Amino acid sequence: MALTGLFLILFLVVHLIGNLQLLAGDGGRRFNEYSHFMSHSLLIQTVSKLNFAFIILHVLYSLWLSRQAHAARPQGYEGKPALQTATWSSRNMGILGTVILLFLIVHLKGFWYEFKFGSVPSISYADAPEPLHDAYEVVRAAYAQAWYAGFYILSMIFLGFHLHHGFQSAFHTLGLSNYRYKPLIRAVGTVFAILVPMLFALIPAVMHLQSLGY
Amino acid sequence: MENQSLRLKLRVWRQASSQAKGAFETYELAAVPVHASFLEMMDLLNEQLVREDKEPVAFDHDCREGICGMCSMYINGRAHGPQRGTTTCQLHMRHFRDGETITVEPFRAAAFPVLKDLAVNRSAFDRIQQAGGYVTVNTGNAPDGNAVPIPKTDADEAFMSAACIGCGACVAACKNASAMLFVSAKVSQYALLPQGQPEHRERVLSMVEAMDMEGFGHCTNTGACEAECPKGISVENIARLNRSYLAAQLSGGGTSAVATSD
Repeated sequence: MALTGLFLILFLVVHLIGNLQLLAGDGGRRFNEYSHFMSHSLLIQTVSKLNFAFIILHVLYSLWLSRQAHAARPQGYEGKPALQTATWSSRNMGILGTVILLFLIVHLKGFWYEFKFGSVPSISYADAPEPLHDAYEVVRAAYAQAWYAGFYILSMIFLGFHLHHGFQSAFHTLGLSNYRYKPLIRAVGTVFAILVPMLFALIPAVMHLQSLGY
Repeated sequence: MENQSLRLKLRVWRQASSQAKGAFETYELAAVPVHASFLEMMDLLNEQLVREDKEPVAFDHDCREGICGMCSMYINGRAHGPQRGTTTCQLHMRHFRDGETITVEPFRAAAFPVLKDLAVNRSAFDRIQQAGGYVTVNTGNAPDGNAVPIPKTDADEAFMSAACIGCGACVAACKNASAMLFVSAKVSQYALLPQGQPEHRERVLSMVEAMDMEGFGHCTNTGACEAECPKGISVENIARLNRSYLAAQLSGGGTSAVATSD
């Protein structure tokens, strides 16, 4: 979980930097150029295959571990504690992960599948040698729908909670935590878990408002 | 609340044997002194049951001074009850309200089968301990305590890990019934000392293997174990165990000193 999780954390950063091009305010040109570069780079295409594999591994491993946990305690407790000692996110990683997986399916269907197999309009720029796929238009149309933008933003909140536990837990599992570094790892993890999903959510929020004419 | 007493309703798990199907029974106690310990309250319940010609509740207890780790009870959803850093015998009835209903369950884990009522079999811990939780030394006179210099901070940290009494609260509290806090404490108490070094890798590998064989769950770093540990064993020990385990695996196992010692 830790190794695949840390890879996916790294992926989030790269993905976010790309996505922020959507807010360049140039009618989507920067984003279209970026998306052209991504889909024509051998390195990126290889890493993206790896990324799919890691997502699947992350999910399969979590299913296997949940089964093991259930076998380790076949009969649960009746008593409910007045005060929980572990954080809410650490106790609900499975539920949080399931919502994120649902989001991923919708997300991949809406964008990745459309870019790869759907019909994406082309756009020509006067000073560019060849027309580009207008990926920006696909995204704009998607975020103009309130439910889509809303679902995206909601999912990012779940992602934040998932990361809040996952980030520091990954370091702990790999044995990279100790008395000295734990506070630092926790602090960086918390900032990451708030900042990254917030920036992701900012994009559909802004683009939806733009579609309403603000 | 000098000589106050409480009226309590107890929901206690009753199970005739490890094979039998268990169920909750409800009992009422009319006057429990607030200064009684939780185990003394259980004694009062059993006296009442004996007077009524009923089978008393079986529960584990030994020292009743917080150091043996026998009193494995899950009280109101918490291992050893609601108070932090205590065993059940050190939990007093003043932490409960008059008229309260208290749910008492055995520690739940496949590796800790219920023997009877609230008593569970924790010999899985003994077997993990036997797999490497010791140092091999020649017998003879006790060596001079100061012959091997050890930095104070290392000695203190090893001592804090060695404070583990093997009560099983970490397993009981963990949502995955993982024994990682116990195993990591038993590994750490030697990992930090020079005497533990020759057998370190072998110890890590065989204790983790023994833990997996007993059917404990995996660790997801929730920290519930640390919060419930009566001796305040830190989850930093788990990070140390993970680190040691990775290193031992990457270096292809340890010496065979432990394997041939018995």
